[in-house]
Amino acid sequence: MTKRQSKKRILLQGNEAVVEGALAAGCRFFAGYPITPASEISEVLSVRLPKIGGTFIQMEDEIASMGAIVGASLAGVKSMTATSGPGFSLMQENLGFACIAEVPCVVVNVMRGGPSTGLPTNPAQGDVMQARWGTHGDHPIIVLAVSTALECFEITVKAFNLSEKYRVPVIILSDEMVAHTRETVTLPPHDEIEVIDRITPSMPPEWYIPYKNNSKGVPPMSALGDGFRHHVTGLVHDVRGFPTQTPHEIEAFISRLFRKVTQGFHEIQITQSYLMDDATVAVIAYGSVVRSAQRAIIDARNQGVKAGLLQLTTLFPFPRHVVENVLKQCRFVLVPEMNIGQISREVKRVNQFGTHVEKYNRIDGQLITPDEICVKLLTTLG
Amino acid sequence: MPKEVTKLIHKYLRHDKTFPHVWCPGCGNGIVLGALIRAIDKIGLQKDEVVLASGIGCSGRMNVYVDFNTLHTTHGRSLTFATGVKLANPSLTVISVMGDGDATAIGGNHLIHAARRNLNLTAIIINNQIYGMTGGQYSPTTPYGSYASTAVYGHIEHTFSIAELTATAGAAFVGRGTVYHVTLLQKLIEKAIQKRGFSVVEIMSNCHIHYGRRNKMGDPVTMLQWLKDHAVPVEKAREMTSDLPEDKFTIGILADVEKPIYTEEYQKIRDQSTSKQ
Ligand SMILES: Cc1ncc(C[n+]2csc(CCOP(=O)(O)OP(=O)(O)O)c2C)c(N)n1
Ligand code: SF4
Repeated sequence: MTKRQSKKRILLQGNEAVVEGALAAGCRFFAGYPITPASEISEVLSVRLPKIGGTFIQMEDEIASMGAIVGASLAGVKSMTATSGPGFSLMQENLGFACIAEVPCVVVNVMRGGPSTGLPTNPAQGDVMQARWGTHGDHPIIVLAVSTALECFEITVKAFNLSEKYRVPVIILSDEMVAHTRETVTLPPHDEIEVIDRITPSMPPEWYIPYKNNSKGVPPMSALGDGFRHHVTGLVHDVRGFPTQTPHEIEAFISRLFRKVTQGFHEIQITQSYLMDDATVAVIAYGSVVRSAQRAIIDARNQGVKAGLLQLTTLFPFPRHVVENVLKQCRFVLVPEMNIGQISREVKRVNQFGTHVEKYNRIDGQLITPDEICVKLLTTLG
Repeated sequence: MPKEVTKLIHKYLRHDKTFPHVWCPGCGNGIVLGALIRAIDKIGLQKDEVVLASGIGCSGRMNVYVDFNTLHTTHGRSLTFATGVKLANPSLTVISVMGDGDATAIGGNHLIHAARRNLNLTAIIINNQIYGMTGGQYSPTTPYGSYASTAVYGHIEHTFSIAELTATAGAAFVGRGTVYHVTLLQKLIEKAIQKRGFSVVEIMSNCHIHYGRRNKMGDPVTMLQWLKDHAVPVEKAREMTSDLPEDKFTIGILADVEKPIYTEEYQKIRDQSTSKQ
């Protein structure tokens, strides 16, 4: 009789929980370059990966790290890198390559204050728009934000699954607070974790057309060396992977890249509501701000305000419909962020209901406290 | 065309899909491609086990024409992608084709670190001493005093010697050839691919369109003649009592050393780490 796997309760910091999630999801290749506050991810993986037949490598910079994970993923191995602002900036060009060549991979950006070297040891959320639009050109990308060590585990698994399923790079936005806070995490037994692998071609190689459209918009992906020789390029390409300048082929290609993500909105756009059922006032938050907001809405309710919280785990593709429902339901929506207001602009962009939307920001490297959010709610409501 | 050549064309080129090619008539890139195909054929590698990576530039367009696993990456970063591929699947033969700007300007950092790391990869660097694709701007190998579209008053920087640079950085095998000396070229590529460790073949080539025209060598024949006149076999250079004149360069095998390769070293780490649970 096989022993049933049991749940595991352990003390983990966010960065360590990312590692657990990555390994549970099947990540077997990591390339990175040291940077605070992300370095623990590299360090732990350098110990763990070789034990299970995987590979860790410290590259000469983040440009190389991003190139290496794309190469490893093309060879069929689930791959990840982790960094912070300056390194994330360096990764952008090769990240674009992963978008256009549809190479699954996960990039963890443990945000610090910026720009430039900025505030290496303080939490911030300044890279939200960079995560969405950091690489040039129109491209789809998935951006997920984490607020606890448990989420670091769960969302990293999810990130790999979405990346594999949709052949889109997935960015995980963590921050210094989430990364370094130690919390007790209950990890599910391995056999209860859903792991999704990319679909590989099932037809004979001579029938394989690497970028051919299908109902999902996601073509099966062969691994380098497994008999389905084809061309992979960062140039806009036709269905066979060869560069094209034919307008209708270009249009069809770029449209498919977006369509495959749009078709998956139902499972890509992850949000969580707290006390929203009867709410007339809402906070929309993500990352470590969620933790303060959870407390703030309870405090506000104790003062007689029917406050609720919408947590955005998926920042992009922006979960427009859920946000619209909150805007329709509430007379006031507050968007607290540790930046000058990056997601609040998105919320305002989709606010076609005349709802009063306000931002609340800290750009001093400090966390937003529950009190601040609560006071802001109460004073705005008068 | 000799039968032998036609056979190789049919066997290796994606002739029905990707031609006509983008290169100017007489460009040295075609000679390099021919030598590469003959070398791979001679070694007897299966097409499925070859990954031909490349960067961006006229040289970077090479792999689209051949029926291997081909990976056309970003400017200067070909070796980083190749590193990931090789580590993920060490049984593949991974070759990276780059231009001089690609490999030594924007990709210079990756080049020296790949050489130092000694992963079993082959770097083919086509040195035409200029940025071909973008229209003849100077590169790290444009000679002092020569002309480029961004050095119309004469170039004031000094060149890298790619072969010596990579040998010093730790490459296990370094060869230099030219597109004039095709037999030697094929031999160097064969040896480089077969070498266990990071190997480099620097290939002096002609961009008569952008380098030649600005430097009184506007046609391929004149440039090939220049390559012929300025190449000195390394064995001969070693016997010379005086230094090699500055405008001449050696050809042949410049470095060939045995050292542990990265994937084998890493396997030892795996074995060690599992025993140390
Ligand atoms: C990041 C980036 N910068 C600049 C370019 C533009 N670019 C394309 S090819 C090239 C240089 C090509 O020269 P070389 O590498 O010597 O190759 P050749 O064309 O001579 O074969 C440059 C600068 C680019 N594609 N990417
Ligand atoms: S521009 Fe120069 S390097 Fe490019 S194809 Fe023409 S001759 Fe060759």
